[in-house]
Amino acid sequence: MALFLLRRLLLVGPVLLGVSLVVFAVLHISPGDPAEIMLGPQATHEDITRLRTELGLDEPLAVQYARWMGRVLQGDLGRSLWMKRPVLGEVLRRFQATVVLAASALLLSTLGGIALGVLSAARRNSLLDRLSALASLFGASMPSFWLGIVLMVIFALWLGWLPASGMFAPYGGGGVGDLLSHLVLPTVTLAAASLTIIARLTRSTMLDVLGQDFVRTARAKGVRESFVVVRHALRNALIPTVTVVGVQAGYLLGGAVLTETVFAWPGVGTLMVQGILARDFPLVQGCVLVIALGFVLVNLAVDVLYATLDPRIRRE
Amino acid sequence: MSDAAPAASGLAAPRAPVAIDGAARSRSVLRRYAGRNRLAVLGAGLLLAATLLAALAPWLPLADPDTVATARRLQPPLTPGHPLGTDEFGRDMLARLVWGARVSLLAGVATAAGSLLIGLVFGVLAGYRGGWAETILMRITDVMMAFPYILLAIAIVAGLGPGLRNAMVAIAIVGFPLYARLVRGLVLSLREREFVEAARALGGRDRRILVRHLLPHLISPVVVAFSLDVGAKILATAGLSFLGLGTQPPTADWGSMLATARQFVVLRPHVALLPGLAIFVVVLALNLVGDALRDLLDPRTRQS
Repeated sequence: MALFLLRRLLLVGPVLLGVSLVVFAVLHISPGDPAEIMLGPQATHEDITRLRTELGLDEPLAVQYARWMGRVLQGDLGRSLWMKRPVLGEVLRRFQATVVLAASALLLSTLGGIALGVLSAARRNSLLDRLSALASLFGASMPSFWLGIVLMVIFALWLGWLPASGMFAPYGGGGVGDLLSHLVLPTVTLAAASLTIIARLTRSTMLDVLGQDFVRTARAKGVRESFVVVRHALRNALIPTVTVVGVQAGYLLGGAVLTETVFAWPGVGTLMVQGILARDFPLVQGCVLVIALGFVLVNLAVDVLYATLDPRIRRE
Repeated sequence: MSDAAPAASGLAAPRAPVAIDGAARSRSVLRRYAGRNRLAVLGAGLLLAATLLAALAPWLPLADPDTVATARRLQPPLTPGHPLGTDEFGRDMLARLVWGARVSLLAGVATAAGSLLIGLVFGVLAGYRGGWAETILMRITDVMMAFPYILLAIAIVAGLGPGLRNAMVAIAIVGFPLYARLVRGLVLSLREREFVEAARALGGRDRRILVRHLLPHLISPVVVAFSLDVGAKILATAGLSFLGLGTQPPTADWGSMLATARQFVVLRPHVALLPGLAIFVVVLALNLVGDALRDLLDPRTRQS
């Protein structure tokens, strides 16, 4: 296991390098001069020259990259041009809100997806099974941001059960209950597509496992059906599910951008979009870097979990 | 072993004699298939209708999609003269939806085609040439897949600047690894097959072998991937437009219509619900048709 961990950690290096190159490139693929784009059409020549020097844009690309990397490794992501504050603190503060949202969506999609998948497999062709097939078709076709708006219209505007946007109530809020009530609609919106994917995959692997000999043996021994499904079949069916859950975790972090915008959730996604519209490149780079790092870490965690569940992986 | 068993599995079901000519046979397969898969037929019908509406928009008796009439803003559906109501500037919703279909459908097809083209070139090069070309191309693909793809698209748009064209470029770039991997895998296995070896032994050049012998085998899996991808690309383009990074006002596009409508959802939910419904229906239709195509073209999944 230690060897596996070491090898897996070594793989993180090249990926991080690639991530850093992409994030660095964000500033440099722009067809014009980034300094000009950031300052807008009214900027004077001196302003542009000053910003170019400030950002180090007058040096060769390789030097710029090395400088930038060096600063990033020391935790300096630069200053936001728009908020006039260090990027790192702002991004990390907002990232917490994104993690809260993505984690609760991951929890809902994983638990809900596995439960729905197991039930659909155990009662194949039942009404529930058909509904779940329909839901997965809808889940793949529905724009998540639209689902968010629909849920908001129904549950916040018409029924008035839940708050429509934000993370806490503007006055007198701040407790856990307040957070949870604000969390419900964004979580459901973000989790919906992943939930249906996890459910379909769990169903098909469960059906596969339920047809195997050891399950028949267990049934022949007279083991209760619920025990067969949960203890014998589910544990074996979980392995492919874990991989998909890992992939989905990444999508949830990325997809959170859209959901955050719908519900005005104060996460790193809304910050990034504001940064792009304000042409604040350091801020955008910081946001992309932090989300991508989160994605890499999640994938690492999933691989470790995968190896724990399935001893065969460790020996490969 | 009983002789009457095969019908049960469906796998070994007796086939009609193959004496009929190819075209008639594929017609009969299609008909049988259509009878079994009504949903796919429904999807194809919806898709055809949407495409026709979009293509014929300039000739349809619609209001001008960009004419502002502030006196008649946010009218509900079924208002005389505005069957689907009006938006926050009093523009006709039906006209904007139909004109928006042009942008959304075209963006979906064009970005998927862009991804397909880049992926095909990468995949064929990596699979057929092997060596360092393969290592480099596949590492690029890996790094791109290490990002959540909407995030990468957003990052590229951040660099290029917001706008529909840039958003489409970003989505096309971000989408190519899917095709590169698929094509590389196929080419790797085809490369070793006897007919390729035979062509090579006969003195066929690489270019000829690629075009005449390998490409025809790639068509059906790539078509299936493409048909399922167009829907995903429409969703992605709409998503970027929704964030304000794609289509810019006043051009109608389903994603940007949703974005501006969000502020008026309290007053008139229809301005936000209709464009989303349009995206949903079209992408659903595309997925139904794509699934059916996969079943039809890939015999391995036909039974399931």
